[in-house]
Amino acid sequence: MGSKIFRLLLQAVNYSVFMALIWYFSLYPTYRHLDDNQAVLTLAFGHAAKRIAECATRSADELAELAPNMRMAIDCPRERSPLELEISLDDEPVTRLTIDAPGLYQDQGVDVYRDIITEAGRHHLSIWMNDDINIEGPTYRFDKTVNIEPMQRLVVSFDANSGGFSLQ
Amino acid sequence: MPACQSIEFCLETDVINPVKRSYRALEAWFNLSFGPAWNPLYNLGTLAFFFFWVVLVSGLYLFIFFDTSIAGAYASVEYMTHEQWYMGGVMRSLHRYASDAAVVTILLHMLREFSLDRYRSFRWFSWFTGVPALWFVITLGITGYWLVWDELALYVAILSSQLMDTLPIVAGSMTRDFLVGHLTDRFFTLMAFLHLLGQPIILVVAIWIHVKRLSHVKISAPRGLAVGSLLALLVLSIIKPAESHGPADLSSVPLVLNLDWFYLNVYPLVDQWTAGQTWMLTLGVTFLLMILPWLPPKKRGPAAQVYLEACNGCGQCADDCPFDAIDILPRTDDARWSHEAVVDPDLCASCGICVGSCPSSNPFRQRNQDLVTGIDMPNYSANGMRTQTDAALATLIDKDTGIVVFGCDNAYEVSRLESEGIAAVSVFCTGMLPATLIEYALKKGADGVFVTGCRTGDCYFRYGNVWLDQRFEGHRKPRLRGGAERRRIRIFRGAETDGKKITQALAAFQKEIAELDDIPASNEVAADDARVSQDG
Repeated sequence: MGSKIFRLLLQAVNYSVFMALIWYFSLYPTYRHLDDNQAVLTLAFGHAAKRIAECATRSADELAELAPNMRMAIDCPRERSPLELEISLDDEPVTRLTIDAPGLYQDQGVDVYRDIITEAGRHHLSIWMNDDINIEGPTYRFDKTVNIEPMQRLVVSFDANSGGFSLQ
Repeated sequence: MPACQSIEFCLETDVINPVKRSYRALEAWFNLSFGPAWNPLYNLGTLAFFFFWVVLVSGLYLFIFFDTSIAGAYASVEYMTHEQWYMGGVMRSLHRYASDAAVVTILLHMLREFSLDRYRSFRWFSWFTGVPALWFVITLGITGYWLVWDELALYVAILSSQLMDTLPIVAGSMTRDFLVGHLTDRFFTLMAFLHLLGQPIILVVAIWIHVKRLSHVKISAPRGLAVGSLLALLVLSIIKPAESHGPADLSSVPLVLNLDWFYLNVYPLVDQWTAGQTWMLTLGVTFLLMILPWLPPKKRGPAAQVYLEACNGCGQCADDCPFDAIDILPRTDDARWSHEAVVDPDLCASCGICVGSCPSSNPFRQRNQDLVTGIDMPNYSANGMRTQTDAALATLIDKDTGIVVFGCDNAYEVSRLESEGIAAVSVFCTGMLPATLIEYALKKGADGVFVTGCRTGDCYFRYGNVWLDQRFEGHRKPRLRGGAERRRIRIFRGAETDGKKITQALAAFQKEIAELDDIPASNEVAADDARVSQDG
């Protein structure tokens, strides 16, 4: 009888330790994602950059070099320009990206996602983007003074049809 | 290895890796607390199954009240947690804590197999298929956290999407869809479907594959252990109920998160590194774990062979084989029996348990010639065991009290027990011992037979010591016959770390036998009714 009670007590101790471990590691140690005065600027958009060249008409000599079943008069390259992007806060660059178009022929649209952790407060946000390899300098620009609250996620999106960058 | 001259000598020469030694110590502690039958370390697989049952039942209850929409999910979970705390809240907590407990038992299961070197050789398949099963469990938990749709869920959803976005199979950006408000109830319903049905089905299939090469698979935890675990989970659920973070808000980022480290441990890495680097680490670790059985590989012995001239196709070996390596098929020779045993060498673990199962392994047969049994091990036959036993008995002639020790070397190395009046016979597994060999040793001059091997509940070959017990107790064929005097047989089990206990038990047994031989025969009847089995 005594040994049975002793064994039950030991079992209770074991179960308690096990459950304490389960409870603790299901919650702790806590993970600090941001400091108290920090916020996140999130760049999230998809965009298909310009093709690297316009369609061109092949000359007779060029056509003759091709196999008979491939002699298309118009040559339209599929490859798209790499996307160049620079984000500055208060005139200080915080992110620079050059993203090649994905796909076997580099002909797909680019998906951009970047979280930029910054101090909360008033900032001058400046975005510079080039999506055409044939043009020097930016093809899109965005400048705005923003007031970011602590813990805020400010999402910067982009839609070429709507004129470029916008804040959400 | 020299014979054990003294306990101190034995302990000095014990070279056991520290992981194994620690694991054995923990196992001994649980044996003290729970006994071998309920020892959680011997029931990790069935415990994991039990926790899944708790998760399933509690999950079904939660689903009744759960609203599978972005707007309603959080509120429905909050309702269950706070307003219906006595049932919904407890069920939610049980759901979470049982899921966590399942991960702990799975990780301990892996640690156990690794530390006891039970993952290589013939066990490669179970290990190899078990590693992905762990990931299925983890991803099941992740989608569960997603469904609460609180700050933690949003954090998990965004980082999971980043991870998915780096895979070439995902078109477009899931992360962007979240942030620009493209997350719809339809997508949320898909996640609920995955968590409730899709992933559990995949997990069940993965577990089925994981145990495919085993027979006599246990999926039910011992009742006492199940009841104790459930009570413990219930108490924890009432004392520390699971709660949500604040509701998910796409325009804000939580400062501090209470991560469930059993499931969400990878996410801080995505924060600190890139999604690609996190994939490389997790896939790298998974790959490394999966190929562990070959780093380095462990050679297995030759497979069991069937000798048709002595096989009557009774099927006992097929029933006893712990690795499902023996089939009973229609006869291929002209014998009068209808069936014969057929061994699949790929599945055979070379444990020899089938030799102990075969009624033809009786050493009293074919005394003047080599013993041929129905199924035998090419590298250590039933005839070899008989020869070894004869040799051991020969060393005991002229000893006052001669003990033959049969033992398996996967536990304490049996040759180290040899000393004055004690001769040892080593076998692959105590399940390999024909019960008639014990009787043979006693009738041929041994004063006592001492059998040692893996701790009860912990056979290296899964069921060897279980079958041995059942044969001795008359519950399994071939049974230990009445002619074997039970009080002269002692089973004392212990691991490789239990040398001292085994040596002491053996010395005590030898003393008992010596005293027994001094008692007049008329007084012996009362004691002659039971075999004594103990555990180190």
